[in-house]
Amino acid sequence: MVTKSSKNETNAERLAKEQKAISVSQFFERNRHLLGFDNPLKALSTTIKELVDNALDACQEITVLPEILVQIQEKDKKNGRYVIIVEDNGPGIVKEQIPKVFAKLLYGSKFSKMKQSRGQQGIGVSASVLYGQLTTGKSSKITSKTGKNKPAHFYELHIDINHNEPEIIQDKIIEWSVKDHGTRVEIELEGKYQRGRLSVEEYVRQTAISNPHAQITFIAPDNEVTKYKRVTEVLPKEPKEIKPHPYGVELGVLIRMFKATKAKTLQHFFTTEFSRVSPQVVKEICKKSGVPPTTKTQTINHQEASKIFEAIKSTKIMAPPTNCLSPITEEILLKGLKKEVSAEFYTSTTRPPTVYRGMPFQIECGFAYGGDLKADELAKVMRFANRVPLQYMQSACAISKSTLQTAWKNYGLSQSKGALPSAPIVIAVHIASVWVPFTSESKEAIAHYPEIIKEIKLAIQECGRKLGVYLRRKKRDAETERKKSYIIKYIPHVGDALQEILEITDTQKEKVQKLLKAKFESPPEEQK
Amino acid sequence: MTPKKTTKKLDKVSKDTINLIDGSAKDTYEKIIKNKTPEMNFPIRSLSNVKYDPKKGFFELLGKLKTRTLNVNTIKAFAQTLRMMKLSKDLISAEDIATKREAYYVSKNWGDARFKEQPESDTVMDDIEAMFGVNREKLGFIPEEKGGAVAGKLVVVDKDKDSGKEIKIDCTKFGSGAYSVPTSVEHLKFETKAKFILAIETSGMFERLNKHGYWKKANCILISMGGVPTRACRRFIRRLSDEKKIPVYAFCDGDMYAFFNIYRTLKVGSGNAAHLNEYFCVPKARFIGITPQDIVDYKLPTHPLKDIDVKRAKDALKNDPFVKQHKAWQKAIQQQVKSGQRAEQQALAKWGLNYVMDKYLPDKLKSDKTWLP
Repeated sequence: MVTKSSKNETNAERLAKEQKAISVSQFFERNRHLLGFDNPLKALSTTIKELVDNALDACQEITVLPEILVQIQEKDKKNGRYVIIVEDNGPGIVKEQIPKVFAKLLYGSKFSKMKQSRGQQGIGVSASVLYGQLTTGKSSKITSKTGKNKPAHFYELHIDINHNEPEIIQDKIIEWSVKDHGTRVEIELEGKYQRGRLSVEEYVRQTAISNPHAQITFIAPDNEVTKYKRVTEVLPKEPKEIKPHPYGVELGVLIRMFKATKAKTLQHFFTTEFSRVSPQVVKEICKKSGVPPTTKTQTINHQEASKIFEAIKSTKIMAPPTNCLSPITEEILLKGLKKEVSAEFYTSTTRPPTVYRGMPFQIECGFAYGGDLKADELAKVMRFANRVPLQYMQSACAISKSTLQTAWKNYGLSQSKGALPSAPIVIAVHIASVWVPFTSESKEAIAHYPEIIKEIKLAIQECGRKLGVYLRRKKRDAETERKKSYIIKYIPHVGDALQEILEITDTQKEKVQKLLKAKFESPPEEQK
Repeated sequence: MTPKKTTKKLDKVSKDTINLIDGSAKDTYEKIIKNKTPEMNFPIRSLSNVKYDPKKGFFELLGKLKTRTLNVNTIKAFAQTLRMMKLSKDLISAEDIATKREAYYVSKNWGDARFKEQPESDTVMDDIEAMFGVNREKLGFIPEEKGGAVAGKLVVVDKDKDSGKEIKIDCTKFGSGAYSVPTSVEHLKFETKAKFILAIETSGMFERLNKHGYWKKANCILISMGGVPTRACRRFIRRLSDEKKIPVYAFCDGDMYAFFNIYRTLKVGSGNAAHLNEYFCVPKARFIGITPQDIVDYKLPTHPLKDIDVKRAKDALKNDPFVKQHKAWQKAIQQQVKSGQRAEQQALAKWGLNYVMDKYLPDKLKSDKTWLP
């Protein structure tokens, strides 16, 4: 409804003056909780998490064994001021890119790629820089070096919030001879440091479990140094980038792809932009949608796009390739658990890759049971997505749901209805995927896709069966042990009583005891 | 325990019992030496292993046996049974006795084979008793509990332990007290002209009837069972009624516990000690009250039946061989379950403290029509 105002200006015109594009940075300023900066405690751990994820991804890209330093310095405990330092031995970043990578939101190489990686949106690192800037007014310091004989560049960066552009405070070449290549990031921010389940320590420890090929040094605010040792020299298989599968593409994305493609015709578009689309499949899609394969991609209108989209859904297309995934692997996950969790029994499994909504994914599961773990507590669930530990929003996660829905009694653990099993056990579940479906941008919980939940349950069940076998054997051994002690305890009493009643000789008594002992120690099938 | 060799000549019963113990131990010993597996057989001690023939009047064993084979799981029980048999042999040889509690304490010398709690030693004792088909008194064990209290027109003839002289105990001469039934009653003799024996569930009711001299008025003998009658109490009533040919009337609460735990045990014995029932029950006892019909007829104040009472009733209808033989009891139980109410003996006090003596008992004794079998 438009009504005239007194100054001959429509409301719409007046409102139009107030409407303007807001930058992502401005949006973030108001909505920091969406990215995991809800409170000082979480902000600190999110920052470390984003920096470590990037460091590990960077090392992986040049297949170097990661050596990572994580340090938290306390600047002002009363006001909760900390400096976070993360340093890696990755490839480094070329000079020109440094300001954009760290001080421009949504800048990155990973966003549209169909490839398994820790970071996905290119939002995390610059969000941390922005958060630091918002809470302390301080700029972030970046040092990067790309090769042995290359200079090390040092930057002090700010984000121009209104324009989402980097603002360079300082740019110089410094002496940084400790490593041939790598990156060091220092962000000062308002945070809260504490120990426990949601702590930074726990995050680093779990990262060490899912990345046993990394050497991580952690320096706490009290200068206590913890070293997480590398236990395997085997680098994770480099994940391959794949083209999207038609089943995983939404209508809007499809329209965008039509606009962006270099392919001229629909036929060409389908065979070059997607995986698993053969000429035969294109034929079928085109026939069903009534849009000919020779149609120019640039001319496809919304109606045609909708028809094509519907046609895709009803066409049988081979599942996407799954060789693009890089699981931790059964053996390495086992090593990771063994080095960080002190227990008596370990098992792990890697499921074959499968697909949800056109996205390949793979589930892995590992258990650590008994030993130093506390027997009277509920099970601890460790969740990993593309090797990154997930610490928050446990109850909203598909992994937690699958764990709760598993019948643990079948494997010899006690479980109250609707609760985690009550046992000394760590349950680690990893999902590897080119696109992990998180419930929110802060990447804390995995969405409840039935295909994913089913796979997680199968993985848990596989480990569960192995645990069950172990526990039954343990029980049987204890039983045998108990019986043995029983025999030693009570045979002399049978002998004594018989001697006293029948007044037999000591020799006779000893014979009775010897025969009984022999009888009970022989295997059960020989008894009777 | 060192065996006390006695110089006294043992009587035949004692010798027989010792032979049973030696025989059992010898069997076990020989099986072990021959590398065979020793076994002990016990009659199953539960209602599922008894039958009831109203003509005979007591629960008889059906003959189902439980075999305990010596293996890793039973070796403790085996060791304990043998130890207990040895203790019994010592007691018999020395003409001594031990209470069930004392036997339990003796086991504390047995190292790992000792009993943790008395019920464990009681069970082993019951096992041996059942295995040999003798009562525990013959094995030298006596119960802790008193046998019951007696007042009224009766003279009990006992013997003085030292002199062997007869002692005559006049049960009318205890004033407000009573004669206490000993744990062993086989040697007692009786002199009485009483018309009947009244076996009373609660000592409260016994006290009232005794204090007011009901036995004088009714020319009877009052016996307080104090709950479930002990073996000695049952045996005492049985011998007295058999030898003097006097009827026995049970006067209990009107609830399932009184019907099946107290009255039925008095009349036909228990499932647990079925191997002894022939002597330790009173088949001719009759239940004069409180019947479910009495609750209606005398407008007695009641309490609601508990869940466990209803369960007990259903169980009795289904599994109790005694109830299965008696339609009258089945009807009574169904009537009570239907009403959902139970009443205590002392509920009669609603009509005055002495109503029970002045009205209820005289009424009930006039005719057996209102009684239960």
